[in-house]
Amino acid sequence: MTTTLPAYDEVVARYEPVIGLETHVELGTNTKMFCGCPTDFGGEPNTRVCPVCLGLPGSLPVANKAAIEATIRIGLALNCSIADWCRFARKNYFYPDMPKNYQISQYDEPLCVDGYLDVEVNGELVRIGVERVHLEEDTGKTLHVGGATGRIHGATESLVDYNRAGIPLVEIVTKPVPGTGALAPEVARAYVAELRDVIRSLGVSDVRMEEGSLRCDVNTSLNLPGEEWGTRTETKNVNSLRSVERAVRSEILRQASVLDGGGRITQETRHFQEDTGDTRPGRSKETATDYRYFPEPDLVPLAPDAAWVAELKAALPELPRLHRRRLQADWGLSDADMQSVLNAGAVELIEATVAAGATPAAARKWWLGELSRRANEAGIELADVGATPGQVAELQSLVDAGKLNDKLARTVLEGVVGGEGSPTEIMTNRGLEVVSDTGALTAAVDEAIAANPAIADKVRSGKVAAAGALVGAVMKTTRGQADAKTVRDLILERLGA
Amino acid sequence: MAAISREEVAHLARLSRLAVTEEELDTFAGQLDTILQAVAQVGEVAAADIPPTSHSVPLTNVLREDVVVPGLTPAEALSGAPDAEEQRFRVPRILDEDVAS
Repeated sequence: MTTTLPAYDEVVARYEPVIGLETHVELGTNTKMFCGCPTDFGGEPNTRVCPVCLGLPGSLPVANKAAIEATIRIGLALNCSIADWCRFARKNYFYPDMPKNYQISQYDEPLCVDGYLDVEVNGELVRIGVERVHLEEDTGKTLHVGGATGRIHGATESLVDYNRAGIPLVEIVTKPVPGTGALAPEVARAYVAELRDVIRSLGVSDVRMEEGSLRCDVNTSLNLPGEEWGTRTETKNVNSLRSVERAVRSEILRQASVLDGGGRITQETRHFQEDTGDTRPGRSKETATDYRYFPEPDLVPLAPDAAWVAELKAALPELPRLHRRRLQADWGLSDADMQSVLNAGAVELIEATVAAGATPAAARKWWLGELSRRANEAGIELADVGATPGQVAELQSLVDAGKLNDKLARTVLEGVVGGEGSPTEIMTNRGLEVVSDTGALTAAVDEAIAANPAIADKVRSGKVAAAGALVGAVMKTTRGQADAKTVRDLILERLGA
Repeated sequence: MAAISREEVAHLARLSRLAVTEEELDTFAGQLDTILQAVAQVGEVAAADIPPTSHSVPLTNVLREDVVVPGLTPAEALSGAPDAEEQRFRVPRILDEDVAS
């Protein structure tokens, strides 16, 4: 890049961005869209294939009922109308990631149309229109070999693994979103985050961007105020929420630079560059846009029963945005505190811990404190840290009952994370229970006083603060298993202070 | 008027990666035109109240339960492949094509 990009604030003061998002979500069904092959992630190449997903002659696809149901539920959660009759279509193209030379998709008759998703940006609601939600099959994975770089440029051969080919893929397309101005990048990010949460709440996909079960293409255009929308570009390869935001921002800057220089925007596919944060032109579309769609003759039409759709609608879970707001009120958190809970990925964990009997404050303390620290150190998700909400609630109940103090509780938690068993078992097995027997404590206190006569005299003469050293000595002899406040009270009592 | 032009046939041949000679273009354009004209007669008898059909069987909602069925072994899967490497299908690189998704 030799041209200097203009300043962002200055650009969005002159141009109005219009964005649009196409999101692909791999459904978490047991089997593929049109055959009974398993869908689990990973696995040796070409171990999850059959004549149908390999497109062998004579094989016939049959649609997966669970995938249809999941798509309808996504559509309903996005306030769409569900088609009472629709068909699959063949999308023909010449690329070996589909062995049939076509992908079964939906064209002019999507399963769900005309909905919306409300997202919150800087405390304000933005309504994103949803054009359509349709169902298709995912493609295989190609590995380009023979070139110096291993990338497609310069490669001479492709190696193809069809394990992913045929996995149900839901495509969610927004309507163009004008009027977001300088916030366009944040709105794009907030939409994808909210969509991810909605789909996760439905339990139909694990929606992990890093594993590719949620993939996003971002459309961006610029126009001058009062003029028609500009020519849009489509940015692919956007694989994280942060990248969604960066891709929109960098495309706004690039297009402004082209327009300012008197140039025209070419309608093209661009690829987001994770390392630099900018977009580069993709390979030429050439004839690839001519997909020659036609109704799939191997599948009969879908006609979702109205009663079934009504049933699915009635059973939808509470929307994540409303659910979060309700939890925040229940837990008495400020917006900032709720944000840290969200950032830590702890909402569901705290919710389950509270359901298991802990107070919201205690549940939040464990998950955002000790357990978040351990998850961060290990570089894993909080949910995978090794403690369950039930165990955390049990731990807190032991603290509340006075059986564990804070330090002992953390030791027990270490055992829980290490897989030693339940908090009660660990406390008993390791002998970690707080020493509450006053006789034993009194003996330890007397011992500490006798061993530190100078400090004891200070306390006797009224320097109560000096008692801290004696408390420390008692905690040491009881291996931390005493309640510090009880020990302190006992020392002051014995010394008449 | 012809139902399909020589240019359209050339375009379709290119999309299908078929090497069609100039003479063949003339032949196929003529043959395809005859076929399309014949099929077009259906349109003449179809009244406005008859919806276009994509399937000869008047069925809807033929669905399967989401249950895993054993498929092929990698050896079986690759047995018909022209070439294989690392348990993957090995194919020539495709140039200048956009991957659909």
